[in-house]
Amino acid sequence: MGADAHRAIEAVWRIESARLIAGLARLVGDVGVAEDLAQDALVAALETWPEAGVPDNPGAWLMATAKHRALDQLRRGPMLDRKHAELGRDLEERQERAVSDIETAADDDFGDDMLRLIFTACHPVLATEARVALTLRLLGGLTTAEIARAFLVPEPTVAQRIVRAKRTLREARVPVEAPRGADRAARLASVLEVLYLVFNEGYSATGGEDWVRPALAEDALRLGRILAELATEEPEVHGLVALMELQASRLGARVGPAGEPVLLQDQDRARWDQLLIRRGLAALERAEALEARGGFALGPYALQAEIAACHARARAVEDTDWTRITALYDALAQLAPSPVVELNRAVAYAMAFGPAAGLEIADRLVDDPALARYHLLPAVRADFLAKLGRYREALAETEKAAALATNAREKQLLVDRAAGLAVRL
Amino acid sequence: MRFMMLVIPKGYEKAGAGFAPPVELVARMAKFNESLTKAGVLLALDGLHPPAVSQRVVFGGGRPKVVDGPFAEAREVIGGYWMIQVKSREEALEWARRAPMLDGDQIEVRQVQEMSDFPPEVQQAARGGS
Amino acid sequence: MRFMAIVPAGGGSEEGKLPPPELFAAMGRFNGAMAKAGVLMSAEGLAPSARGARIRYEGGTTTVRDGPFTESKELIAGFWILQVKSKDEAVAWLRQAPFGGGVEVELREIQEMDDLPPEIRKAVGR
Repeated sequence: MGADAHRAIEAVWRIESARLIAGLARLVGDVGVAEDLAQDALVAALETWPEAGVPDNPGAWLMATAKHRALDQLRRGPMLDRKHAELGRDLEERQERAVSDIETAADDDFGDDMLRLIFTACHPVLATEARVALTLRLLGGLTTAEIARAFLVPEPTVAQRIVRAKRTLREARVPVEAPRGADRAARLASVLEVLYLVFNEGYSATGGEDWVRPALAEDALRLGRILAELATEEPEVHGLVALMELQASRLGARVGPAGEPVLLQDQDRARWDQLLIRRGLAALERAEALEARGGFALGPYALQAEIAACHARARAVEDTDWTRITALYDALAQLAPSPVVELNRAVAYAMAFGPAAGLEIADRLVDDPALARYHLLPAVRADFLAKLGRYREALAETEKAAALATNAREKQLLVDRAAGLAVRL
Repeated sequence: MRFMMLVIPKGYEKAGAGFAPPVELVARMAKFNESLTKAGVLLALDGLHPPAVSQRVVFGGGRPKVVDGPFAEAREVIGGYWMIQVKSREEALEWARRAPMLDGDQIEVRQVQEMSDFPPEVQQAARGGS
Repeated sequence: MRFMAIVPAGGGSEEGKLPPPELFAAMGRFNGAMAKAGVLMSAEGLAPSARGARIRYEGGTTTVRDGPFTESKELIAGFWILQVKSKDEAVAWLRQAPFGGGVEVELREIQEMDDLPPEIRKAVGR
């Protein structure tokens, strides 16, 4: 089969696969079975489309094909339709019912199906890395190899993670449903956590040779945008999308010509993507309007987006409203305290009120076990110490930071900085 | 990867100042735009007023001159665009195939260059903000 | 008001030839000035049409043709999108673009919702 035809079919797959899997997952009540059926449909497409051409409505063709397979399997053999098993009917009746469901099922509002799939893939019964792998696979359409490369783990490890995740969902009898009511907030937080984790890995890689991996950040942004269209009334969804759009706007400026990291204060702001900034500010407005409607304050993602917006609005670094940023970090520290938030708060205070103010906050974090191996704590302290003229201490902290850094580019940046400080002693 | 889908509507070079597309097409267009948004791939879209009300800024020694449209020799003019973010050229083409166009219309699909596509010395030279 | 300023192909752009570093630097400064003034919304270059494609719509079907589109005299190499108070302001900015002789930049006004007739806005849902 021609490479061209193969690539065209792959492109159709990338557009249709999530929706296909989502629809099937609702029908059969199991994401693993849904993915298998979807893959079967893909195989059929790869067999027939090169000759017959891509059909006018490829999504409908794939769904019809997958449904046929589902019916075949039901009629022939053991059935994995859990939701009917739960009702305790006898096998034949269960099979008849399932067949009838699948035959008559309308292609439901795909929005609902996608929401069901997202919530299921991000179910808290799964470990974080399992949620990430399953989400990228079922919703992002990434191959096992792509996921493995993104997180710098071996391919078989990712494959196993996905297999086990599907099994865990099945054994825990997790229904393919979008939660409502009391459950929803926590479940949504789980989804947002997965998306932001993936985004961050692309924005600020924790390992490997590259400082940024734009494709991964784009994957997360795309999933976030999809979610924003599905869960339109959820302010923190828009808050997260706002944060990602605004941070992504800086991706082009974050890396220098030789692949070296360029810090925020040194970035060429003309290279910030104004289109993404506009999108981010619009999403933030949406989040604010939704919270205001309910009489609520901004949630943590929206707050972080507000901080990013402060930077985005500053056309030159000296125009940055650091005082506002300190206020936002104060609010964030109240709402969603964490050592990392506290460290960022220290940086903001230093910028607004001088390095001593920042150091005072950062010093309180020195004994926090959560930050014991976090390279940015000594790096930030080093920056304050240097600004206060305490170069010997600054050098020691920079060397400590360099030793802790796990990303090669970041490490090099810190090593270079240490060399610069050593010269001043 | 980012791509521009540049719409070249048949005959737009002759469109007058008050040109408006047929309502039926606009409705289909709105649905298509929505599908791009729901898929999370849409970055931006715009329609452009026809060349009849456009200008050209002509460079060539001294102060650039401004000439008003329309331009008699124009053949294929852009009526609008989408900018999308997708994983491959084929995905961009697949989206373009799904756009609601009229007979004789074309869409030109072109990849947007990223700064990181250029060699380091060019990237360095292009730093203009600081 | 928003305008799209279209830079035509030429000067080797279709052959993938990069402009000299001085021009890149001048362009960087030009974009930087527009960004600082808050008028720059977008500034993008497009890969040569050889890497592009054209899709033609006819009788309900589509045909795809790979570039380059050598017969076309109106290929695009890049564009800016500017947000300004008036056409004159857009022109004033564009005059400062670091182009040499023989370049003609087309300035097209972007349609805003308000520009469209009511029945169209209704169809779009605004």
